[in-house]
Amino acid sequence: MSTIEHQTLIAVAEDVNQGRSSALEIAEQHLERIERIDSKINAFVDVDRDQTLHSARAVDNAIAKGQRNLPLAGVPISIKDLIAVQNRPLRAGSKILGDYRPAHDATVVSKLKAAGAVIIGKVSLDEFAMGSTNESASSGPVRNPWSLDSVPGGSSGGSAAAVSAKMGLASLGTDTGGSVRLPAAFCGAVGVKPTYGRVSRSGVVAYASSLDQVGPITLNVRDAARLLSAIAGPCDHDSTSVDQPIDDWALACEQRIESMRFGVVVDWLERLQPSVADAVNQAAQALCDAGAQRVDITLEHDHLAVPAYYVIAMSEASTNLARYDGVRYGRRAQLEAGASLDQLYARSRAEGFGPEVRRRIILGTWALSSGYYDAYYDRACRVRRLVRDELTAALSHVDVLLGPTAPRTAWKIGDTQMDPLTTYQMDIFTTAANLAGLPAMSLPWGRDDQGLPIGVQLHAGPWREANLFQWGTALEAAAPSLEALPKSARDLREINCD
Amino acid sequence: MTNAHLPKGWEMVIGLEVHAQLQTQSKLFGRASTAFGAPANSQVDPVSLGLPGALPVLNREALRLAAIAGFATNCQVHSQSVFERKNYFYADLPKGYQISQFHRPICTDGLLKVRVDGHDIEVGIHQIHMEEDAGKSTHTNQGSLVDLNRAGIALIEIVSEPDLRTPEQAVAYLKELRAILLYTKVSNGSLEQGSFRCDANVSVRKVGVTELGTRCEIKNLNSFRAIRDAIVAEANRQIRRLKQQEPITQQTRLWNADKGRTEAMRGKEQAHDYRYVPDPDLPVVVIDSQRLEQWKADLPELPAQRRARYMEQLSLDEHTAWFLCEEPDRARRFETMLGSEQSARRAKSIGSFLSVRLAGAINRAARQWHQIDLVLVELAEVHDQWRDGLLSNKMLTDLLHDALSVEDDIESALANARAKVGLIEQDLDALRDVIDQLIEANPKQASAYRAGKEQLFGFFMGQVMKALKGKANAKDASAALRQALQSSD
Repeated sequence: MSTIEHQTLIAVAEDVNQGRSSALEIAEQHLERIERIDSKINAFVDVDRDQTLHSARAVDNAIAKGQRNLPLAGVPISIKDLIAVQNRPLRAGSKILGDYRPAHDATVVSKLKAAGAVIIGKVSLDEFAMGSTNESASSGPVRNPWSLDSVPGGSSGGSAAAVSAKMGLASLGTDTGGSVRLPAAFCGAVGVKPTYGRVSRSGVVAYASSLDQVGPITLNVRDAARLLSAIAGPCDHDSTSVDQPIDDWALACEQRIESMRFGVVVDWLERLQPSVADAVNQAAQALCDAGAQRVDITLEHDHLAVPAYYVIAMSEASTNLARYDGVRYGRRAQLEAGASLDQLYARSRAEGFGPEVRRRIILGTWALSSGYYDAYYDRACRVRRLVRDELTAALSHVDVLLGPTAPRTAWKIGDTQMDPLTTYQMDIFTTAANLAGLPAMSLPWGRDDQGLPIGVQLHAGPWREANLFQWGTALEAAAPSLEALPKSARDLREINCD
Repeated sequence: MTNAHLPKGWEMVIGLEVHAQLQTQSKLFGRASTAFGAPANSQVDPVSLGLPGALPVLNREALRLAAIAGFATNCQVHSQSVFERKNYFYADLPKGYQISQFHRPICTDGLLKVRVDGHDIEVGIHQIHMEEDAGKSTHTNQGSLVDLNRAGIALIEIVSEPDLRTPEQAVAYLKELRAILLYTKVSNGSLEQGSFRCDANVSVRKVGVTELGTRCEIKNLNSFRAIRDAIVAEANRQIRRLKQQEPITQQTRLWNADKGRTEAMRGKEQAHDYRYVPDPDLPVVVIDSQRLEQWKADLPELPAQRRARYMEQLSLDEHTAWFLCEEPDRARRFETMLGSEQSARRAKSIGSFLSVRLAGAINRAARQWHQIDLVLVELAEVHDQWRDGLLSNKMLTDLLHDALSVEDDIESALANARAKVGLIEQDLDALRDVIDQLIEANPKQASAYRAGKEQLFGFFMGQVMKALKGKANAKDASAALRQALQSSD
């Protein structure tokens, strides 16, 4: 068995399938690491050692009985706590769900289990996936493994931090406006937002149903391709999932990009932190060096994506979160005798939801209200179509678009400069893919002078995740190694994590 | 149009909203059963409980039934429709919104022809949309109880145009609509189980005015009688206000049957902004045109068509045809009993046998109609014997009573009853003996009859039937009696 430092998802799965490693040993190794270092990072909200070891033994038994083709055999994977795992607490980073435990696995979790993965725990997130910093979790902020006083990004901050600190080899996050890609970028991981409808949302707590997708966070592109293959596909329990052919994404990772075309949205290179701009330019140059052809593109409507995104996401959230009312499950406010039903709702929801969730529910309710619907929600939907049509059209001329994932690298936990509106602007490069339903990927491209990872982003046309994996591996091959960066940064990580 | 329920010079304008429960095995978006009467909260699933992460998946059978309801009411049935969320908080609404259709319902622009007092009226159907039911709240002194068995059950709401002018028209429309839903098996139409519910929109205006007055919506109408009474009470309330120069406020009112009046709901319950928004969990509903054509072609015979057939082919009068066609089971029983001997005379006789004799016997024995389904052919034989004078009215009553009041299986119960009651023996000699004795015993009446007091014939006939304990063939007895009276001197 290899040391954690050198494990990849694919290699571990091969080792376990071949009997060279046991799922049990791998699980123990990762559980031990969580116990040792997660007190510093705070990524995990639920670890059940016995259940994890039990699952690992079951994988070993299946392999002992001749099972050889489990694509995720013995791979320890953490799950964002927005996704249901049978009989484990599901809190969505909130107090309002109380001690709710779902009776069924989300479809993606049952697919992982069927593929031989071992669920190693549930990881933290911004409350109800609303945030970019993972500071709004009811379990407290998650710390960026590269710099413990920095945010890991959000909302899948626990997922990215866990993967980056090698507590588990992969994680499932969810991406509504960048919630997989942004934390992947901030933590030096690979994060993929699939085409809308590619992955089932059944058993995933809804934030904004028309935008939400589950996506993998891993340490490299090939691992992401393997993991996405395992969770993709139509689902009887999700009417928005789509039966589209799933290409051989492992094969796509090995295909060359020579003489193929990629686009660079020139507007996306403005107002970036200089090191982020440098990273995107270097990445573009690397693709050209590999024989690809660069096409510069301008987008007319792209600047409208963030406002349209927030109106739509908040509107949908206001109705999706109406079910958390303290009546049937979750946390109910203690009320004096004779209190009305309305008081029960008001108190349970005021006590159960944090400020950012309350803000979005209130704004979304307002945007859908009589007299405002046309000016806000309906207009946002029209803008959404413009953004989608424009982006899809751009992607019919090139294989992928290359750009930054975020305008900057991670900021400090508690940074008062980062008020809600400023934070919302951090989604400037990520929301368009959700509005358009397109697949996108963030992958690391070195670190800035503070030692914080930088993410670059690829967009592809609908159902063309294969393009992301093909171009992603090309970029990955050319990217500066995170480990090879200045010693100070490496020391920081080693001190903090080991 | 004159209206007996209102002061002279006024008319009412009525539009109806009917909620009909679709006959599906499972709920509109979840897998739980829809069977009526199960223990509280036993028929639930993640979707109808509104659990985190549960997503709605449309029941395709519900879609088919909604389309059929549209075809049967001459609607345009659209190949594309959209589900929306209607947002409000209530304890029996698990998701905090009801999935319904609003801007793009499945059916629009229908028309229903309804017969009232010998005239046909046309009632426009504004739209038919699909939606899920809410749960059921029961309020007690200890607190409120919620049963979610009903939550998520598939409904259609059939919204009429304000084309109705009298409560009689409203009830006739509802009965026609209910019959259509029964014929097409779209709904079981049960008012008792709440699978056919009606809200009425009522406004009034002076005769001759064409603009609509301000309307009020009346809820809590759970019988045809309540609908009729509530409409009349509400229209008169509005007229009283208008006569006193008081404005009508558009509002929702509840029918209070005990007090015979409508009452405004509390102000807060009026002030809903439902924030309709397309449900992002459900793609646009698409039905391909071939399937729509097929569903339309598969429509069964509808009540209006069947009534016309009965009246034309069987020469039934309108009243009997209406009675028989009101429920498809009734018409089916009638047709089974009619068998192949379809003379107009027999059809009429069987119609009345069903609507009077059998209906009475079943009511008295507190049995259900479906319990006679196994013996319809035998009952047709009984009818024929009764028609031919082999059973008197009294014998028939006894026979049906005996057959229906024992707990045995209906086949043997009927066989036993028929054996016990027997048939009238056509022993004319014995009959004549009885008659002769009666005339002898009542000489005054006999001579009075002969002197022209013909109504005394009934007296003698009664005496004959009494003497024979009802087991007389009335036709023969009457002929023999008449002969004997005239010849006895």
